[in-house]
Amino acid sequence: MKTTQFLFSGFGGQGILFAGKFLAYKGLIEGKQVSWLPSYGPEMRGGTASCSVIVSDGAVGSPIVSKPDVLVAMNLPSLDRFENAVVPGGMIFADSTLIGRKVARDDVKAFYVPATQLANENGYPTLANMILLGKILAELGEFDEDSVNAALSKVISAKHADMKEVNLNALHSGMAQ
Amino acid sequence: MVVFKKPHALTDAPFHYCPGCTHGIVHRLVAEVIDELGIEGKTIGIAPVGCSVMAYNYFNCDMIEAAHGRAPAVATGVKRANPDNIVFTYQGDGDLASIGMAETVHSAARNENITIIFINNAIYGMTGGQMAPTSLPGQVTQTSPYGRDVKACGYPIRVCEMLSELEGPEYLERVTVNSVPNIRKAKKAIKKAFQNQIEGKGFSLVEVISSCPTNWGMTPQAALKWIDEKMIPYYPLGVYKDRSAEKKEENA
Amino acid sequence: MSEKVLMKGNEAIAEAAIIAGCRHYFGYPITPQTEIAAYMAKKMPKIGGTFLQAESEIAAINMVYGVSSAGLRVMTSSSSPGVSLKGEGLSYLAGADLPALIVNVQRGGPGLGGIQPSQSDYFQATRGGGHGDYHMIVLAPASVQEMAELTVKGFELADTYRMTSMILADGTMGQMMEPVALDDLRVNPMPAKPWATTGTGMKRPHNIVNSLFLQPEELEKFNFERYERYARIEETEALAEEYLMDDAEIAVAAFGIAARVSKNAIDEARKMGIKVGLIRPITLWPFPKAVFRKAADHVKSMISVELSMGQMIEDVRLAAECRVPVSLCNRAGGMIPSPDQVLAAIVSAAKGGH
Repeated sequence: MKTTQFLFSGFGGQGILFAGKFLAYKGLIEGKQVSWLPSYGPEMRGGTASCSVIVSDGAVGSPIVSKPDVLVAMNLPSLDRFENAVVPGGMIFADSTLIGRKVARDDVKAFYVPATQLANENGYPTLANMILLGKILAELGEFDEDSVNAALSKVISAKHADMKEVNLNALHSGMAQ
Repeated sequence: MVVFKKPHALTDAPFHYCPGCTHGIVHRLVAEVIDELGIEGKTIGIAPVGCSVMAYNYFNCDMIEAAHGRAPAVATGVKRANPDNIVFTYQGDGDLASIGMAETVHSAARNENITIIFINNAIYGMTGGQMAPTSLPGQVTQTSPYGRDVKACGYPIRVCEMLSELEGPEYLERVTVNSVPNIRKAKKAIKKAFQNQIEGKGFSLVEVISSCPTNWGMTPQAALKWIDEKMIPYYPLGVYKDRSAEKKEENA
Repeated sequence: MSEKVLMKGNEAIAEAAIIAGCRHYFGYPITPQTEIAAYMAKKMPKIGGTFLQAESEIAAINMVYGVSSAGLRVMTSSSSPGVSLKGEGLSYLAGADLPALIVNVQRGGPGLGGIQPSQSDYFQATRGGGHGDYHMIVLAPASVQEMAELTVKGFELADTYRMTSMILADGTMGQMMEPVALDDLRVNPMPAKPWATTGTGMKRPHNIVNSLFLQPEELEKFNFERYERYARIEETEALAEEYLMDDAEIAVAAFGIAARVSKNAIDEARKMGIKVGLIRPITLWPFPKAVFRKAADHVKSMISVELSMGQMIEDVRLAAECRVPVSLCNRAGGMIPSPDQVLAAIVSAAKGGH
């Protein structure tokens, strides 16, 4: 049974919860068991946000990810806080525009993507999260065009359907990194 | 020839009220109005906690006994569930103006389409005569044995005046039942409060200045006189809000 | 099997309530359950229902009392401090034998406490929550799908037994998203409610919804009758999930999120060769005593895993009739035990320690 535990962490407003939801929907569409659990706090914007996503071939036990297989750190405090929680052999994806340092551990695979810079350059400044996700899916070998499309349709409301293509572009630009 | 009979909307259960208490008069007025409007079969009454706690035994319509002060919230639920029902609460001053003040104010603010009969006799009756939110300055009660000291326990609350500041309520009137002409006026107000609900106009409250000879420590006659001399100067009778009438005036 | 959608636990409760025929919701904002109110605010006006943000939790529960008196399905939801405020109404609902569904998405306490998940309202829920002799049916979901299913069941049990059902969830259950299949929910027809105050229509004697009985003999009679009903419920409605219990020498007792965490720990312990299983009460009242009594015949010890200072453990000990030692593995105040902590407790129990 394969289970992958993801932890997304960053500032509120960086699309942490959205990225997690997209990934959970992608898993659901691919017939897997999934769970998505946000941190919740009194802050609405600008505080820390994190979310646990589990994608599994079997039933999901605890939805709380305390030892992630994959850590997505979108700011320095997130890397500082969760770096040591990652399982040995796990992966850390860091937004290198906002995180100046490297991952200190040598028993995990670290990937640095200047996601915020790329997002700004490409004209979709709010989609650094999806750029990182593109990179993650590429590294995991799980970029399935059909399920990615279907998942985007689930997480982007019909009202904002034009955003689907932009999100797809962001995912692709992350993949190319 | 029948010259006087019990309204149909009253049951045959004998009232438990003290001799000289005006609850009996107000119960009868409410029942007469229910009869005259022909609404008994669709009326739901909500009884409070206080002397009139057992009002559910006295009215022939369906009745609900509410927690202390919560009658307007319960009435809100009933009315929202079945808007075709006519829903009234019958509450004393402790119930409506102390423990249930939030429910009173907010049901008024929402212009909840219900009718509230508010008995203000300036005392807690059922528990044996304690100070009420409407007890007068200087009034001696079991819990204000040296007279209500406004410095220590504040001033009595004028409910109609206070609610009249809200946009919400449709109709607010203060009446009393200490004389035959006043009883007639009280009935007119109660009828209007039910009629408003039938017409969908909204929140209607009639405050009835009432007597409590037992806990005031007076004869029934002296108590009725005390209403004129002490209560009405602090709680002037009259219409405090009548939105439909105001609108008519504006249009004229 | 219908299409599964991802939904938050709170939203699943709200949608399941609508599916169950609930058209009246009264609430007051409080974290971490506010999504229920938000969902109802959006949906109810579109289906001819009532959403009303009450002035307080006290008013909300009394509005529930009003709708229930009128014979309709009705609910309110809150989180721990708000449920304390509803305590008065819960007692009155019980005293007047009124059905309703109450949701408590628990957070840490006492007092204002925090907003993170907790199970520390177990005593309050299973012992009634307000004054007087009474119970509520208390349902403890452990997945978003169960949040939906137990909501429907809660309404049905409430109507069947004329009493309040409570969904006792916690912050994680309310906030997490999982796939849920709502089309699979089956709702039985609502029983007739000849006692409801809907107007006599001048065709029957007046109905009275009431909890006041000044003659103690009369009040006692109602209490005894109510407890006969409770005894029937205890016999027939207790529910628990058993996981790997057949050969278990250690039983972990846990509900809701604690059960999810415990399953991870149990799977790890099994890999280490420790014979451990899980008993997950789905009904907290009635407590599934028989399951624990039976387990006490073959396990050497039990561990109660809780997000509290140890509340359910008392029921576990009573149900096991003190025949096996029961230890506590817990976090409190909004903290959640980790699978490692539970695993350590299991390993310790396997070595004979408590």
